[in-house]
Amino acid sequence: MSFFINQLIIGIQLGSQYMMMALGLTLIFGILDISHFAHGHIYMVGAYLLYTFSVLAGINYWVALPICMIILALIGVLVERLVYRPLRGSPSINTFIAAIGLLLAIETLVRGIKKDAVRVPVPVDRSVSVLGMSLEVQRIIVILGALLILLMLQWFIKRTRLGIAIEAMAQDREGASLVGINVNRISALTFAIASALAGVAAVLMAPLGAITPEMGNPLILKAFVIVVIGGLGSMKGAIFGGYILGVIEALGVAYISSTYKDVFAFALLIVILAFRPTGLFGERAA
Amino acid sequence: MSVILEVDGVTKRFGGLVAVNKVDFAVEEGSILGLIGPNGAGKSTLFNLIGGTIKPDEGRIRLDGKDVTGWPAHRVAREGVGRTFQTTALFEELPVYLNLAIGYRMRTKTNLFDALLRTPRARREQKEITQRVIEVLTFVGLGEYFDRPAGSIPQEAQKRLAIGIALMGRPRLLLLDEPTGGVGPEETGRIIDLIRRVRELGITVCIIEHKMKMVMGLVDRLVVLNFGVKIADGPPQEVCSDPSVIEAYLGECIA
Amino acid sequence: MKWIKEKLNFNLLVGLASLTLAALLPLLLQRTSGGKYNMIVLTYAMIWAVAACSLNLILGFTGQACLAHGALVGIGAYSMAIMVERVGINYWLAFPLTCLLTAFIGFLIGLPSFRTRGPYFAIVTLCFNVIVYATFENWTWLSGGLAGQSFEVPPVLASRTTKYYFVLAFLALTVVVVRQIIKSIVGASFLSILSNESLSEAVGISAFRNKLLSFTVSCFLAGMAGALFATVSGRVDYSITSFLHSFNILVYTLIGGVATIAGPVIGAVGLYYLLDRIKGFGEFRYVGFGVLLILIIIFFPRGLMGGINQLRDWVKEKRSTKVAPQGEVGS
Repeated sequence: MSFFINQLIIGIQLGSQYMMMALGLTLIFGILDISHFAHGHIYMVGAYLLYTFSVLAGINYWVALPICMIILALIGVLVERLVYRPLRGSPSINTFIAAIGLLLAIETLVRGIKKDAVRVPVPVDRSVSVLGMSLEVQRIIVILGALLILLMLQWFIKRTRLGIAIEAMAQDREGASLVGINVNRISALTFAIASALAGVAAVLMAPLGAITPEMGNPLILKAFVIVVIGGLGSMKGAIFGGYILGVIEALGVAYISSTYKDVFAFALLIVILAFRPTGLFGERAA
Repeated sequence: MSVILEVDGVTKRFGGLVAVNKVDFAVEEGSILGLIGPNGAGKSTLFNLIGGTIKPDEGRIRLDGKDVTGWPAHRVAREGVGRTFQTTALFEELPVYLNLAIGYRMRTKTNLFDALLRTPRARREQKEITQRVIEVLTFVGLGEYFDRPAGSIPQEAQKRLAIGIALMGRPRLLLLDEPTGGVGPEETGRIIDLIRRVRELGITVCIIEHKMKMVMGLVDRLVVLNFGVKIADGPPQEVCSDPSVIEAYLGECIA
Repeated sequence: MKWIKEKLNFNLLVGLASLTLAALLPLLLQRTSGGKYNMIVLTYAMIWAVAACSLNLILGFTGQACLAHGALVGIGAYSMAIMVERVGINYWLAFPLTCLLTAFIGFLIGLPSFRTRGPYFAIVTLCFNVIVYATFENWTWLSGGLAGQSFEVPPVLASRTTKYYFVLAFLALTVVVVRQIIKSIVGASFLSILSNESLSEAVGISAFRNKLLSFTVSCFLAGMAGALFATVSGRVDYSITSFLHSFNILVYTLIGGVATIAGPVIGAVGLYYLLDRIKGFGEFRYVGFGVLLILIIIFFPRGLMGGINQLRDWVKEKRSTKVAPQGEVGS
């Protein structure tokens, strides 16, 4: 039983990471109709930034967190401005291809600078025992941190003017530009938020594993699977989908096999799309 | 005369909205039927239901007595239904002659191996296609544009090309969704003339149109839709004096 | 329709000229110092050109962005190596069997995938690629793991020169196959789906069936590229099925010019060769690769050949305004 609960917690922690990534993707898709396939690589850059600040520069982990978030947000704005804005209005496949170009450039740039895997020490290297089992504190930090971020995002979108504008644009792009919402500003802001979310996910998760230039690939694929299953553009779908996939994966690894842990998600996606070609909650026909 | 198209109690809902509500009507072979109604009355939805683009929730659609309800669009087309769309649909990047040739694809049997090996069948059908393209090109009067990308020719020529594409496969029934929308008065005349000549070929025509004057002189019968419901059906003069139609149109019809 | 014939003949001439040039190249290369090495590089480049032509059929001419071509080429390469080495099938029989097998696998992938559209289709095929990769990575009994599956080619194909001509012949065949399809009414149906799917349905063309057909042919050619890869490299390991290859093939196709017949060939041969020449830059050259892809898609979405065609159309337009073309057909 305690093994099961432990796996469940690992699943929720994985899910927290997926949820933060999927939220960013779904925001970008819902608002701008862009399949931002380089989002996982933004995450990877975040992990390397953390390594640079906390290991190479010796800055405290908790100070490095906001710095990484801000830098990633700026990178996100830059990406929107330089790559996606010139492509606004062109077929969705073109933006998708641009995203692949971006992904290749980022991955190989990082690999060119630092080829080997690196690690960041866990900031709170302790375990607590709950109900007779031992839990790494960092896992709990990931789960709680993700929840906190989620609440902040909800507050931002429901309570602030800019947030409301974002939601309006997600629901009706043309209508939003008709009532005078500045599309360029919202686009930039959306990328900033999504990238900062990836930054939080990266900084929280990085101490739990190795940091490699390729780490973004499986992550982006899974985040995309979640977004597609949840329905492109649906925030609720991304949140639930993220946690569900995390838990399924953790339990699958524990009880079936760890060899195919990356395959579960993709096989599931293919099956679902074969029956529901626009996702479970997707309304817009592709 | 026999009935070529029969729409029988057809209903289509989008979420909570009933776009088409238990609509019945029949079209006689060789006639021109006008379908009118205010914006959002469900006219284009009805065409999409007949053409197989979407499936009805209730009711039957019969072509020459054959039940085609729920058939996919490409099968309905092969059954002899040609159509044009409200926002003129063309293969815009492709030259005009290729647009037409594609319209004839459903009448050819050339398969992949014929194409690869240029078999006698492929060559025979290629000739057949060329002949038919020239025929239709002449019929709709687009000879001068034959090698231009379809998206680059004038608006009114595009409308005629759309009709030409639909004619390529020798349809028995032609559904025209606002064939003169966004076209000036002078050019409208050319399109009306074209539609009359289509009817002379023995092809039945259903037409959605906003320009009342034009419809009155062209059609044999009018069906009026309002909020998805059929409110009138009969000869144009009779329908026009119907009080409920006048109400729906706010008197526009009287002119 | 006189000018169509003229244009065709012109294209045919250019094609034959480049084929002759490619056929004479080994004679030239033998005289230079790095000639042998360059010939191998060009041989590989032509294999990727076959793969790029194959992708072009489904992506360029039918409008469906398949991101599983790396896996398909990999399946072809493995199928070739395993059939010959482990099953003991004759090389010349295994070759067509490989193409057919890959086409069949493609058909099976296409059945569920073509229920989806646009970016969904791209993502589904990418997922297939990841699954295939994970399968070959983990099933070492099948793939031979990192060491891979070694492969002995028939003696006729042992020398570098014969390999070069062998691959060149298949590249030429691929180009001819794609051209024959595209210039036929079958190809016109593919183009119609690329251009306007709902209209092509309305004129009686089943989009699903035609996409599936185009994809199956595309997979047949991808399997051929895989068989050629196995022949030339003499060893296949699971890294060939990586989706990075899918991306590479995509880049070759786009940069050369999607939806043109020569584009993918020029893109694949040119870029592969170029990337090899600047090997000294290591990983960093792929940074340029990525940036180039973004710039191309922003400024020249139709690639090199697309740009040339645009230019030609523009010149033609200029000329035709002087002599108004009227009544060439009809009346």
